[in-house]
Amino acid sequence: MISNGQSVPLGDVPRVSLARFRELLRESMGAGAHVSAFFGHPEDGRLFLYAVMSHGLENALSIFATEVADAYPALTPECPPLHAFERELWERWGVRPEGHPWLKPVRWPAGGSPGVTDYFHVRGEEVHEVAVGPVHAGIIEPGHFRFQCHGETVFHLEISLGYQQRGVERAMAGGPTKRAIPYMETLAGDTTVGHATAYCELVESLAGARAPLRAQVIRAIALELERLANHTGDLGALAGDVAYLPTAAFCGRLRGEWLNLTALLCGSRFGRGLVRPGGVGFDVEPGRVAELARRAERALKDVAQAAGLLWNSPSVTARFEGMGALSKETAVELGFVGPTARASGLERDVRQDLPSGLYRFTHIPVSTWHGGDVFARAYVRWLEIQQSVAFVQAQLRSLPGGPVRAGCGKLAPRRIAATVVEGWRGEICHAAITDAEGRFASYKVVDPSFHNWFGVATAMRDQQISDFPLCNKSFNLSYCGHDL
Amino acid sequence: MNLEGLVPFALALVLAPLLLGVINRTKAFFAGRRGAPLLQAYYDVAKLLRKGAVFSRTTTWVFRAGPILSLAAMLGGLALLPVGGFPAVVAFEGDFVLLAYLLGVARFFTVLAALDTGSAFEGMGASRDVTFSALAEPALLLGLAAVGREAGGLSLSGILPALTAATWLSAAPQIALVAAALLVVFLAENARVPVDDPDTHLELTMIHEVMILDHSGPDLGAILYASVLKLWILGGLLVGVALPVRTGTVLIDLASFLGGLFALAVLTGVIESTMARLRLVRIPQLLVGATTLSILALILVLR
Repeated sequence: MISNGQSVPLGDVPRVSLARFRELLRESMGAGAHVSAFFGHPEDGRLFLYAVMSHGLENALSIFATEVADAYPALTPECPPLHAFERELWERWGVRPEGHPWLKPVRWPAGGSPGVTDYFHVRGEEVHEVAVGPVHAGIIEPGHFRFQCHGETVFHLEISLGYQQRGVERAMAGGPTKRAIPYMETLAGDTTVGHATAYCELVESLAGARAPLRAQVIRAIALELERLANHTGDLGALAGDVAYLPTAAFCGRLRGEWLNLTALLCGSRFGRGLVRPGGVGFDVEPGRVAELARRAERALKDVAQAAGLLWNSPSVTARFEGMGALSKETAVELGFVGPTARASGLERDVRQDLPSGLYRFTHIPVSTWHGGDVFARAYVRWLEIQQSVAFVQAQLRSLPGGPVRAGCGKLAPRRIAATVVEGWRGEICHAAITDAEGRFASYKVVDPSFHNWFGVATAMRDQQISDFPLCNKSFNLSYCGHDL
Repeated sequence: MNLEGLVPFALALVLAPLLLGVINRTKAFFAGRRGAPLLQAYYDVAKLLRKGAVFSRTTTWVFRAGPILSLAAMLGGLALLPVGGFPAVVAFEGDFVLLAYLLGVARFFTVLAALDTGSAFEGMGASRDVTFSALAEPALLLGLAAVGREAGGLSLSGILPALTAATWLSAAPQIALVAAALLVVFLAENARVPVDDPDTHLELTMIHEVMILDHSGPDLGAILYASVLKLWILGGLLVGVALPVRTGTVLIDLASFLGGLFALAVLTGVIESTMARLRLVRIPQLLVGATTLSILALILVLR
């Protein structure tokens, strides 16, 4: 058991037999832990599997490893949240998880192109198949969706991604180079601060550095502003998908208002250039602090009005309620994270479970709702907007003094570290192993989308195909964050 | 053939695209935007007519014929519509049935053209459009039958001029019920909220818009123009029933008709700004509800 962002010598990670590995996974999941990362790491021609588990109740992470050869009995049947991780392992390292219920490429099949794979087929009278994408009608990222339908009812949705794969994890090996930070900031463009924070905390942990308190506060403010912008934008987009004009128009503008606050903080609307190893790139003077607080208060008032229209319009709630419902059991079983999990009543929030940075000192209440439908996913966002603004206001009032950046030296050799950060979409996990020279031997990124994409497919079963855009938007997952 | 009916006919040809501009401006006002120019639909048609068309190799002449035949059907329908103090260009007993089926003909060819592309999206849109229009048709026909019986005529040019402000006094419930039913038909047939969302780009949720995805250039221009004519025809019917200003002075009657039509465009904009779209599975209930209103009006008239 280690705390979030603590690094340990690689030799201290328990290397167990596959049977014991399986037992450890099952035991920790039985005790309420959840898989944050699961990846292969080659060492002297042998491949080791590493599992990073989040134990929310103990506020701790655990890491353990096992060695695998060309094939091993799949873990997914016992631990369903591993289904995508094992597919990734198979695709990346050629290790075959035998008995995996659904072994197909997760991103880029060897020797093929994304989307070229075996799909489920439904046969019979009145059954039809609808293929959507990878090029979509809106200006969004590419992804392929296949619906097996009976009339307007969806039996099954199969999602095929990988069109955005840029090979970020491989490019990180041998680093950190100067490119590392821009890679992290553009991993998923709407989660710049989230991924940059996870990366910087990881590097600081491996280098034995520590960001000054003032920098940690600024990082937390930026992370919450990112959450505010995206949650507000999502509420607007959800309204737009049911053709509810007022909230769609207002929230579209208000998302920009939150982005402008981030720009006021660091000069970039998406927070680029702000989070840096050892601290933050820019300090903020008292004048701008007051301006931030003033504008945040005004923006919250406007968002409250725009969101209030949503909850008070019967025509909107009729669309939101009961659609794409995911039970709490499903959320636990499939390992969902972020607002998706919290909308199903699952109290899973890294800021509470595994606090790092400022969240170790200041707690932010976890917002949950019940039902797990589109309404719940929308309402959880509104609850979080209110909590985030209160948090940002409190931090702006009591900004500690001191420097905003400390030195961050070379990484220590042969160590492993993992950090988890609650991005606006959910749990972001970065894990790294350094080699004998203190360079990244392996770098693993798990975007919340990687956990949640299967949730979209699950939520669509027995729903109307015409409701897909709305249901999909209520998750609002990242394609590039998944594809890396 | 009534030559004086050519005046409102020509007026409709010129002014119909403006209805779309008024609706969009109203929506923009509610959203706090300036909005597109009032004349945007004219610019769009003009732009599309100048462009070339692209045809998929999987399509046949059916796909090319669709837009032209739809436009022709709409022009035919427009010729049957009496406006203000003017009779229709063409009028005969039972012409309201022809009007309803000219709308049907336009839809039939739009649907055929959509199916001709072989696209899954367009097939879904066609299936939805046919389902919903089959439910909207009884509401329209029974509503017109009710006012026809009230006015004692079988021709639109006989029915609509016979409705006056006095009809509102003597048969207010009947007229109100028919007007409500016609409003629902107007919104449904013209692919407006709460039935369809004219602004969405999401093919999986669209009804009308998805059927015309493959059309381009002049064909798309013809479709756009036919759709504003349809807006004018169904709006004209509704205004003719709900706002029967018959002073005998041609200019006042015509002005009140046009005023009513553009007020309807504003109302459509308000509806689209204040309510969300219905779930697709709920739309039949709305349309059956409209049919029920028409039946109720007919019962009241026959009583």
